[in-house]
Amino acid sequence: MKVFSPFLSGLLFGLGLCLAGMTDPRKVQAFLDLAGPWDPSLALVMGAASAAAFIAFRFAGRAPFAPAPALLKQIDGRLYAGAAIFGIGWGLVGFCPGPALANLGFLDVRAAVFVLAMASGMRAANVLLAHFEPAQVPRVKISEIPATPARLAEDS
Amino acid sequence: MQVDWAHFTPASALGGGALIGLAATLLLLRDGRILGAAGIFAGLAQPKTGDFAWRLAFVGGLMVSPALAALLWGVTAPQIAASPNLLIVGGFLVGLGARLGNGCTSGHGVCGLARLSKRSLAASLTFMATGVATVFVFRHLLG
Repeated sequence: MKVFSPFLSGLLFGLGLCLAGMTDPRKVQAFLDLAGPWDPSLALVMGAASAAAFIAFRFAGRAPFAPAPALLKQIDGRLYAGAAIFGIGWGLVGFCPGPALANLGFLDVRAAVFVLAMASGMRAANVLLAHFEPAQVPRVKISEIPATPARLAEDS
Repeated sequence: MQVDWAHFTPASALGGGALIGLAATLLLLRDGRILGAAGIFAGLAQPKTGDFAWRLAFVGGLMVSPALAALLWGVTAPQIAASPNLLIVGGFLVGLGARLGNGCTSGHGVCGLARLSKRSLAASLTFMATGVATVFVFRHLLG
């Protein structure tokens, strides 16, 4: 089972968040506070990260483990509602999932409270989706799954 | 709009962003995975065969990173000002929204934009807008 490169990826991701100050909820909220003294740092973090990843995606087709093309295409109410709810929680605390998980490494119990609440929110979403969208989950036989290690895209 | 030049840190923001992009590149080219923190974490709760260890390794690396950042750059633990109630409500909404919207700031905001996904652009603009609106309401209307 391959764990070294995911570990290294998590480590680099966290180092980037720490270096950029994105583990600090005050800095994130200072970006979201357009009416106050505005700190544009987060936009540069996201821009630099996307630009670097954009180059990687150009080469991904030649990689031994190319990801599957995005399976989810539709821009629907569920996407907008989910993103809107996400943004409200993000604004309230200044944490999104990556920085919250990284903050567990600072051994702050407040980060653990946030992460536990986040996990229960995810569970609630799964319950909601199971009630309202059972037909949208396609049943695929094991034999129909291609042998290449292509993954479900946008598993984010 | 008044830019807070005293707290604006363009160099470390660009450097940190490049590291995040490198992390996404590594996970993509070595493992064929999209770096989305919410999705990777969510998958830990419903493990499928062969799908657990890499997620745990990623979250483990993420949790080790603050100690290394402290050694390398003297990064210190941030002050988390939010009350326990706010942490619970905010955390719940972030988890709920990330699952309903299939992505978070890293999945939609970094990787989705990098692969020029219209879905991710729509999601990113939406959570930016509600994030800005929430901070405005709580800081300037209620605060």
